[in-house]
Amino acid sequence: MYGFEAMTFNIHGGYLEAIVRGHRSGLLTAADYNNLCQCETLDDIKMHLSATEYGPYLQNEPSPLHTTTIVEKCTLKLVDEYKHMLCQATEPLSTFLEYITYGHMIDNVVLIVTGTLHERDVQELLEKCHPLGMFDSIATLAVAQNMRELYRLVLVDTPLAPYFSECITSEDLDDMNIEIMRNTLYKAYLEDFYRFCQKLGGATAEIMSDLLAFEADRRAVNITINSIGTELTRDDRRKLYSTFGLLYPYGHEELAVCEDIDQVRGVMEKYPPYQPIFSKLSYGESQMLDKAFYEEEVKRLCLSFEQQFHYAVFFAYMRLKEQEIRNLMWISECVAQNQKSRVHDSVVFIF
Amino acid sequence: MELLKNLPEMDLMRSEKMTFVQLIIPVESAHRAVSYLGELGLLQFRDLNDDKSPFQRTFVNQVKRCAEMSRKLRFFKDQIHKAGLLSSVLPTLQPDVDLEALETQLSEHEHELIEMNANSEKLQQTYNELLEFKIVMQKAGVFLVSGKTYETAEGRELDDNVYLSDYPESASLLEQATQSGPSISSGLRFVSGIIPKSKVLLFERMLFRATRGNLLFNQVPADDHIMDPVSSEMVEKTVFVVFFSGEQAKTKILKICEAFGANCYPVPEDLTKQTQITQEVLSRLSELETTLDVGIRHRNSALHSIGVHLTTWMTMVKREKAVFDTLNMLNFDVTKKCLVGEGWCPIFAKPQIQEALQRATFDSNSQVGIIFHVMDAVESPPTYFRTNTFTNAYQEIVDAYGIAKYQEANPAVYTVITFPFLFAVMFGDWGHGICLLVGALILIARERKLSSQKLGSFMEMLFGGRYVLLLMSLFSIYCGLIYNEFFSVPYHIFGDSAYRCRDDSCRDAYTAGLVKYRDAYPFGVDPSWRGSRTELPFLNSLKMKMSILFGVAQMNLGIMLSYFNSIYFNNSLDIRYQFVPQMIFLNSLFGYLSLLIIIKWCTGSKADLYHVMIYMFLSPTDDLGENELFWGQRLLQILLLLSALVAVPWMLFPKPFILRKLHSERFQGRAYGILRSSEVDTDSEPGSARQHVEEFNFSEVFVHQMIHSIEFVLGSVSNTASYLRLWALSLAHSELSTVFYEKVLLLAWGYENILIRLVGLSVFAFATAFILLMMETLSAFLHALRLHWVEFQNKFYAGDGYKFKPFSFAAIADDED
Repeated sequence: MYGFEAMTFNIHGGYLEAIVRGHRSGLLTAADYNNLCQCETLDDIKMHLSATEYGPYLQNEPSPLHTTTIVEKCTLKLVDEYKHMLCQATEPLSTFLEYITYGHMIDNVVLIVTGTLHERDVQELLEKCHPLGMFDSIATLAVAQNMRELYRLVLVDTPLAPYFSECITSEDLDDMNIEIMRNTLYKAYLEDFYRFCQKLGGATAEIMSDLLAFEADRRAVNITINSIGTELTRDDRRKLYSTFGLLYPYGHEELAVCEDIDQVRGVMEKYPPYQPIFSKLSYGESQMLDKAFYEEEVKRLCLSFEQQFHYAVFFAYMRLKEQEIRNLMWISECVAQNQKSRVHDSVVFIF
Repeated sequence: MELLKNLPEMDLMRSEKMTFVQLIIPVESAHRAVSYLGELGLLQFRDLNDDKSPFQRTFVNQVKRCAEMSRKLRFFKDQIHKAGLLSSVLPTLQPDVDLEALETQLSEHEHELIEMNANSEKLQQTYNELLEFKIVMQKAGVFLVSGKTYETAEGRELDDNVYLSDYPESASLLEQATQSGPSISSGLRFVSGIIPKSKVLLFERMLFRATRGNLLFNQVPADDHIMDPVSSEMVEKTVFVVFFSGEQAKTKILKICEAFGANCYPVPEDLTKQTQITQEVLSRLSELETTLDVGIRHRNSALHSIGVHLTTWMTMVKREKAVFDTLNMLNFDVTKKCLVGEGWCPIFAKPQIQEALQRATFDSNSQVGIIFHVMDAVESPPTYFRTNTFTNAYQEIVDAYGIAKYQEANPAVYTVITFPFLFAVMFGDWGHGICLLVGALILIARERKLSSQKLGSFMEMLFGGRYVLLLMSLFSIYCGLIYNEFFSVPYHIFGDSAYRCRDDSCRDAYTAGLVKYRDAYPFGVDPSWRGSRTELPFLNSLKMKMSILFGVAQMNLGIMLSYFNSIYFNNSLDIRYQFVPQMIFLNSLFGYLSLLIIIKWCTGSKADLYHVMIYMFLSPTDDLGENELFWGQRLLQILLLLSALVAVPWMLFPKPFILRKLHSERFQGRAYGILRSSEVDTDSEPGSARQHVEEFNFSEVFVHQMIHSIEFVLGSVSNTASYLRLWALSLAHSELSTVFYEKVLLLAWGYENILIRLVGLSVFAFATAFILLMMETLSAFLHALRLHWVEFQNKFYAGDGYKFKPFSFAAIADDED
């Protein structure tokens, strides 16, 4: 697009950008969250939400509500919006929108495979899958016994197929394997998405590379922390890091040899953008790290709305909406389990 | 002055006088009082719990219950809709059920319905299964018979070397196969089942991959559509039979079947057994069918009994919810025994409200009456006009620009006539006017029917503006008669033309012109102008001057209204330093021009008015020469010019300076009262009226005044020019209709061919209907709208008020539609 997006962007992208910005203004605000946090029962939450964009989705639910219903309906709204946008989109925006869902696809695949490994009912597992990451033959995942079969039977038809090239082994599936598979897939996905955005060029490439780099770095940190004390070797760990982002390559070298959380912290504090995240945490603490990362992510996502004529707003909107649903889930859980003191632990205000 | 003050009051001129009232209602009669007030619909409650979120309010539980009930009602409506029943609304004379009873009734009904649905769903499921089984049996049986040849052929190949010697002719083999179940002996097995048609392709591919191609897949579409129990839609399905070998493949295939939601049914290979089972299935199917039918009939009757009351219940629940929402706006007083409410009501409604409140006290057997008293309010009251069906549309036109400030002069009073009239000036054709009139009359005649049904957005707009349309059409007939145009054709309605040809042959009528031989045509434009060489110059000059006259008149009316506003609000400052200079400025320039126009028309002078006006500015002292219309014109012009020049600083400077002086005087006066004012601040109750100290920013006021003055000075020129659109649109309309008449209709009529004439006629009719009647009406409407909003209303209309929105059940019912 050579920096002249403003001239041509609106021909194809204008309508959808307007739509997504309209959706964005429907996101819950800090005032909404404050009100929600004061709710006594789930009915109160429903009542409050019925005054927001979620109203039509919740109004026909009978009264003893469950957290799952709320989350389900809110997710349904997101899915409806996504599908509407996907229907209206033209190339390359439609591909971009599809890329957004691949992450959920990976999660769903992992969920089903792990579930079958532990002999859970397939239908039950399917209900737990994120609707954005559904594909036609997802139910057949249960048939597969090992990676090779998994690939050959089911995944070869899905967009995830190219990402599998690195993890086809004939080993039987076990928890460790699956987790490695998830991370390998995710790595390949992020790299592919990154390349795709670079190809799009212009403001999209600029903003998306920033957002994806943050995502990659966060995954790297999470992988490191989660693999501390497991049998994963350093080389294996290094292989799971995506080959871009602020930490690449030197940070990865250092992360790969970390043995405890404080070493990770030491590595990360060398990078100015991540300093404030870690400076908020006390030493040895990793509980609040997730929230700190989420907050940082939300900040970055919100910033992407400041520019016009690029696709990152779609990515940002989907992510923000997912964060919102996570918030709602947390609040409803806290309310349902009478743990109102913990409400603020995990809620990330968006605006 | 006295005369003006003693004029009878115009209802629509000023909005209703409002008063801020406080209600103190004992808890026991609160609900009844509020619902009586809702029926009355003349009190706008103020939300006293603005800071509380909806679920922290007092009556949140009742609101929730109402929401729950309306959910149930929606569920019933949905069910009735799904069952395809028409909810016949019988005006049943049902005694008022109270809310509690209704709630239990509703939950009973819901419970009953859900149970019935669950039962019928279960039955439907079994029915579907049996039906599928039947279909699979029918279809797969065919495969099995033909399949057996495959099997045997395959089986023979597979086991060729084993059984080679034992196998006689293939015919006897077939026989043997049917007897002993060859699939087992040959290691071939099959799975038969049924699957939605949309999934077949994927399913087949998946099976192929899973078994590495070692299978045979047969499919045939099922004849009957099968109802999906979840969405209750008919789904097309396909019967399949898969032949395969091996135990491991079987588990795989079964898993895949499960994953794809394919229902597998075992089909016995034995033909006799097959027929036997088919018989069984068929008999059970018919049994189930009757059970299902009974169930559905039962359910429909239940739904029908609900459907009769559904609308009544819905309005009732809606009203209840509104009542509780309103109650939530009220505050508890200190003793917690009374609810305190505040709101606006028109003064004339006070007795009615009091009566309703008394009735509420009486009906609820309350010991304590409801206290209703007037209070002072800080904010300005809402604007409320009592309109009727006729004036409502015009009020809407004005409201679309901005709601009038409280008690401000309402332009809608004048709009009722001026709007359709200015429209008609642009749309003057009595043929087209009659078409519009017919349309308007149809809308008005079917008013009762149309108002009850739901219309499309365009139709609704037309219907809402039916009385505007009526007056517009009447005026355009009037203007059309003046312009003498009937679909652009002039008629000799009011006698003969005043002109005739110079001689009998009429050869030089176009070149030399006609001669006048009698008095002027009595009404409107003489038909002889039509088609003459001077038609356009004559009409243009006529319409242009007419536009300016109308414009100046309307703008003067606007300025006059600002005078009445100032009188009303006792603002002598505005009269002296705004109204007077504005009047002088406008009339010394454009009022003078209007005067010249009238003089020219009356005297028939040939003076050039452009010249007069332009040289009035360029060289006012010069002699006018042949352009002089009356004695002393030069002196008058100099005088007018000077007064216009004086008027500009007059409207610009004095007002802000006087305001500043007034303010500083007031401020000095207050110097004594600082102590008191701080006292006032501490004990000021919320909601009670206090004159709050307004900041006086001189530069702001001055800039504001400057903008206003500049706008007026420049505006009086540009607004007058803007009124020329009256001429321009009227010209465009008449030219357009002339073109369609002459170049389409007359041209086609020139041919003797009936077909060409018909085509010409239809093109003319379409062009008239769509371009002239729809597009031109729309454009003339918009231009008339602009003339009112911009040129007329900016002279006096502030339009920064807010509308009176009383709590009213009628409005709630309307909202839903």
